[in-house]
Amino acid sequence: MKKTYRIEVDCANCANLMEATTQKIEGVKTAVVNFMTQKMIVEFEEGHEAEKVMQNVLKACKKVEPDCEIYL
Amino acid sequence: MQNIIVEILLGIVVVMAVLILTVIGRKNGGMTKKQKKMMIRILIASAALLGLQFLPAELFDTFDRILFKSAGRIIRLILYLAVYAVIGYDILIKAWKGIKNLRPFDECFLMTVATLGALAIAVYENGDYVESIAVMLFYQIGEWFQGYAVGKSRRNISSLMDIRPDYANVEQDGALVQVDPDEVAIGSIIIVQPGEKIPIDGIIEEGSSSLNTSALTGESIPKEATVGDEVISGCISMTGVLKIRTTKEFGESTVSKILDLVENASSRKSKSEDFISRFARIYTPAVCFSALALALIPPLVRILFLGTDAQWGVWIYRALTFLVISCPCALVISIPLSFFAGIGGASQEGVLVKGSNYLEDLSKTKVIVFDKTGTLTQGVFEVSDIHHNELERERIIEYAALAESASSHPISKSLQRAYGKEIDRSRVINIKEISGNGVTASIDGHQVAVGNDKLMRSLDIFYRDCHMTGTIIHMAIDGEYAGHIVISDIVKPTSLQAVKELKRNGIEKTVMLTGDGKKVADVIAQQLGIDEVYSGLLPADKVEKVEALLESKGSSGKLAFVGDGINDAPVLSRADIGIAMGALGSDAAIEAADVVLMDDDPKKIVKAIKISRKCLGIVYQNIVFALLIKFICLVLGAFGIANMYLAIFADVGVMVLAVLNAMRCLFVKNL
Repeated sequence: MKKTYRIEVDCANCANLMEATTQKIEGVKTAVVNFMTQKMIVEFEEGHEAEKVMQNVLKACKKVEPDCEIYL
Repeated sequence: MQNIIVEILLGIVVVMAVLILTVIGRKNGGMTKKQKKMMIRILIASAALLGLQFLPAELFDTFDRILFKSAGRIIRLILYLAVYAVIGYDILIKAWKGIKNLRPFDECFLMTVATLGALAIAVYENGDYVESIAVMLFYQIGEWFQGYAVGKSRRNISSLMDIRPDYANVEQDGALVQVDPDEVAIGSIIIVQPGEKIPIDGIIEEGSSSLNTSALTGESIPKEATVGDEVISGCISMTGVLKIRTTKEFGESTVSKILDLVENASSRKSKSEDFISRFARIYTPAVCFSALALALIPPLVRILFLGTDAQWGVWIYRALTFLVISCPCALVISIPLSFFAGIGGASQEGVLVKGSNYLEDLSKTKVIVFDKTGTLTQGVFEVSDIHHNELERERIIEYAALAESASSHPISKSLQRAYGKEIDRSRVINIKEISGNGVTASIDGHQVAVGNDKLMRSLDIFYRDCHMTGTIIHMAIDGEYAGHIVISDIVKPTSLQAVKELKRNGIEKTVMLTGDGKKVADVIAQQLGIDEVYSGLLPADKVEKVEALLESKGSSGKLAFVGDGINDAPVLSRADIGIAMGALGSDAAIEAADVVLMDDDPKKIVKAIKISRKCLGIVYQNIVFALLIKFICLVLGAFGIANMYLAIFADVGVMVLAVLNAMRCLFVKNL
């Protein structure tokens, strides 16, 4: 399952960091952060609830980039 | 001297900040709340710093006399620290969070260490506090500019590509109502007034108009559409009111599909982007460690081996300069921005590129494989000649058209088109279709046979072969041979020019694949100057041929396959780059291809390649330029020639120039 989220992030490097972080979260199969369109496209692994996974993603992203925002 | 320059710069910053706040800060200038707040902080800090610069040194000496010894020094420190806090508090907080989360090597941390370090040296020497504060200030200005420029260009590009219709007109109880296009069900009637965008794909029920398709194809010549024609969303109706019965939902309509495609295109990352993000991950820590080495090794060497003074201050300062240069942002920002702008510019020209990686591959194309029908030729058959006829040409065509009137085969259609008049079916009786051979019928009492050589042989009629290429239709009337009609697919008017220009633009080999016979294929290939031809291929053979070509070309260049998206989806996906043309309204083609040309002009292929080359050129310029400047600054910094001012200007300046250069990708109209 693939879902797209609107995000807010100021710098391109931070967007790369968010992408790398999200990819490591359990339940995330692939994650692409598109800085230009301010979107995050997450593909979830089967058997994981998107909502729960995204909570963890948000927490982890806030850690690497306190200024970022993901609109769930 | 340096002080004067810094004071002038600070003055400029103050003036600029006031201007920016009043001009674009007032209403919808594109500044976010965050940016506005930051600009105010920049203004306060630079004004305060400028003010402090002009305070006479004697003022602090008087504090010493009035209060206690070195009170002036402490007051001075507190004042500068206050300014530092105003401009840099968020950076300090972020740096602290970074350390807490065990991610120390971010730019906030680097800036914090560099500026705090410089401050510490200044406190120790009761010297120049301005430097570290100015570095922080200019860093923040750079960040602000980057955020603003990127945000602005992002919005600009998005709005250029914005062909999304906002509403659909629906008739409810006799009155026109504007509704959300998402809510319109399939089969509803929508009304499009002159000047409006067609919101949803459909068929015209009433009215006619000329349609402006430029938003989709980049083609400025309007297209006429009338009752019964299929129209696609995104076109602008220019002259008449149209009543359209929708055939798709909004989400499935052409315009939604295209928007989706272009918006997600930059999510597929190119190799250069991957390279840079990997590079950034190594670059920053590497510079940090070399800074550490620079701070420790030379002083230790001086003490232990040379027996001279360690000069800790000098080397630590040089190390801190290193840290300022280590921010990789100019690189990281300019590359996706270049690709985004390139994809945006291309889409305006009717060339949809599905990802940054494809744009990159396209620029490396060396071999282009064309499908013949519908790509180089129009895929529409036309009567090109009539031979050996006893009767007038018009009569031959008339009989042929009448005999074939019941058939919907492309060849029958072309005969009917060539006849050009209304077909009176009552004149034709006893139509017998002999599959794979032709048709017999009786027209006006004459027994007419129309078909290929097999039909003639089966009817025992003597026929003549033709020297021309194309499909030959023999005719016999009342058992007598009446001549034959030559029907051929005609070459698109721009094909020849397109192939020539491709050659001129560094394409090494052009290949044509076709299911047609050798004779036809060879003639067309020769006419267009195609290097290699493979004819008589079934769709599956085409995949094999492309695979063989992929193998033989080696790994240096890329192979692009151009098709019309009908029947050649497997080949499109097998080639390095699949280019589908004339894809307006064909979902299968949009799905299968990597690059979609919205109309069927082969010259668009040349354009697509030129756009990709320009874009990649700019990407490389930015990479080389940014790395070169950074490297020079690192060397100068290590030898103590570059100070922190130069370092921060190198960082911010490179970023600004890279962003401006990246924006050039958007201008591809005249390529």
